[in-house]
Amino acid sequence: MSDATLHDAQPTKRSLHQIDARTKRRNAAESRFKMLGIGAIGIGIAFLIILLSTIVVNGASAFQQSFLEVPVYLDPAKLDKKGNRDPADLKKATTFTYAPLIEKGLLDAVQSAGIETPLSKTKDMKNLISSSAAAQLRDRVLADPSLIGQTVTAKILASSRVDGYLKGRVHRAEIAQDKNITVEQLDLADALIKAGILHKSFNLDFILGSDASDSRAEQAGIGVSMLGSFYMMLVVLVLALPIGVAASIYLEEFAPKNRFTDLIEVNISNLAAVPSIVFGILGLAVFIQFAHLPQSAPLVGGLVLTLMTLPTIIISTRAALKAVPPSIRDAALGIGASKMQATFHHVLPLAMPGILTGTIIGLAQALGETAPLLLIGMVGFIATNAPDGFWDGFVSPNSAMPAQIYEWAKRADPAFYERAWGGIIILLIFLLGMNIIAIILRRKFERRW
Amino acid sequence: MNDMTFTERAVTTDEIKITARDVQVHYGETHAIKDVSVDILDKTVTAFIGPSGCGKSTFLRCLNRMNDTIDICRVDGDILLDGEDIYDKRVDPVQLRAKVGMVFQKPNPFPKSIYDNVAYGPKIHGLTRSRAELDEVVESSLRKAALWNEVKDRLHAPGTGLSGGQQQRLCIARAVATSPEVLLMDEPCSALDPIATAQVEELIDELRANFSVVIVTHSMQQAARVSQKTAFFHLGNLVEYDDTDKIFTNPTDPRTESYITGRIG
Repeated sequence: MSDATLHDAQPTKRSLHQIDARTKRRNAAESRFKMLGIGAIGIGIAFLIILLSTIVVNGASAFQQSFLEVPVYLDPAKLDKKGNRDPADLKKATTFTYAPLIEKGLLDAVQSAGIETPLSKTKDMKNLISSSAAAQLRDRVLADPSLIGQTVTAKILASSRVDGYLKGRVHRAEIAQDKNITVEQLDLADALIKAGILHKSFNLDFILGSDASDSRAEQAGIGVSMLGSFYMMLVVLVLALPIGVAASIYLEEFAPKNRFTDLIEVNISNLAAVPSIVFGILGLAVFIQFAHLPQSAPLVGGLVLTLMTLPTIIISTRAALKAVPPSIRDAALGIGASKMQATFHHVLPLAMPGILTGTIIGLAQALGETAPLLLIGMVGFIATNAPDGFWDGFVSPNSAMPAQIYEWAKRADPAFYERAWGGIIILLIFLLGMNIIAIILRRKFERRW
Repeated sequence: MNDMTFTERAVTTDEIKITARDVQVHYGETHAIKDVSVDILDKTVTAFIGPSGCGKSTFLRCLNRMNDTIDICRVDGDILLDGEDIYDKRVDPVQLRAKVGMVFQKPNPFPKSIYDNVAYGPKIHGLTRSRAELDEVVESSLRKAALWNEVKDRLHAPGTGLSGGQQQRLCIARAVATSPEVLLMDEPCSALDPIATAQVEELIDELRANFSVVIVTHSMQQAARVSQKTAFFHLGNLVEYDDTDKIFTNPTDPRTESYITGRIG
């Protein structure tokens, strides 16, 4: 009966002030775990800070651009040879006609400011001025032909080399091999800054403008691809939300629980884990090659992203529906509501915050998606022209913000590098905005009692 | 058993409201209800008692086809309401449930206002023509549930903000608002304190004037206090069904006696 003696043994009395070894070990384990948790959170926060500060440091400069303010004499002898101000004739004057006028204007400004420089020819000014400046001036003149013959002050973009010099990206030591800028021109740029002709200012065109060719980094903006993203989100929202919610309500509330619905459930979970590029190639095969929808169109991008977002929305909606207490369903059914009335009058409103959160998270995922878009032709350099009108936005070739960022990141000119980072800042602001909307909606629809 | 006081009012009618014959219920492989036959009278409180898992709640849920919502549940046998088979193919359970209301174990008001809770049934069944009529139904239902005086000044306050007992009475008002003929109550007091329980019990006795009430309860005292008829369930069988005072004072079946004296269950 050794067993009995074990139980019968009198427990030794211990003071509460004396902590025994077992308790000490337990407490030590607990504090170790706490430290581990705090450490993990600390590492997470540190990485977040590093990430955000890197993005801001690298991208902030994209929101500023170097401009030259130059008086340009719009010479009628060159721009309007017939002298009749006929718009058709004015259009014959190409950017090649305008460029020398700007260069001349800049040279005049240099000389009248009394800047000493070995550069005395109009051609020498070329590298300081963005090649897009002539086109911008031309647009201005075509919009208002009465300017011809006047001297107008043009705020023109400086070339990306000069811009890079002002932002510390281009250094004197490194330009020996650079055909696009010389040391004399950089000296001149310094003098122009002093004279107040060359300066940096906020660049709204980066946010609203369109992508530009490889040689005109200074002109590139993310605005058009932002529109592309907007149209895709519209398509995703209009398709994925109703389809996803309807599917989840059916599966959760109405469908019989059998092998077939189990199979569907497993497949929806699997779809959520399918790499996005697979959806991209599916979209290419089905929407473009089979259905002959236009290439590079936000409509197609939206359809692909809808496929990708649906599983996320269905899973989160079903979780939200499951979380509604069954007593609410019983209550409604018990007083003679039909299943549909019980679902739509009582269950759905209670599940709404969860559904909305899931939808917005799905949308945010779709907004940041790049790979499937590249497969259906929504590559960055497409985003050079804004769509004409609202409906055209769905079908006119466009890109999306992440694809645009990817495009800039892979271009050779380092001037695009800051634009890629700047684009990421804008993308993050959008994601942050969407998450804030999700939180606000959640609060608003949450059961208030 | 000396603390039991039997309700003084005896059965006032012999009119049968619900007839069940040879009812079998299967949950998948489990045979939950075996050969239950019972006649439930109109304008009478009938109590179902028995140990946990004896099938009393299951049988109650058969009476308004709430078991339909459970996929694996199968009901055989006949249940007639006023002579009509409620499991007939032509019967829409939604219509049946408007006639056979239900109050659940846990108070489950909708997260809406008190008014909307009560008005929901009449609204979906189209029982009222105008707002004024609806107001009237809400008021009379809340009066029947003995809640009107407590909530009349805050009809548009959330129903979930009431106390547990008030919530349960709100649920009764909600069930009453569709003017059902039978009211099923599945342990309506198990989540309430003794004071709220007393209020609800009093209410049940008043409801008897208009409805046939069937109540499932774990408390034998409660069954004795509120019911005129009592059915004792054990392991899926209906062991004994008789007048309440007969069941508690002079049960026929030894199993009933064991249960009410506390030896089984």
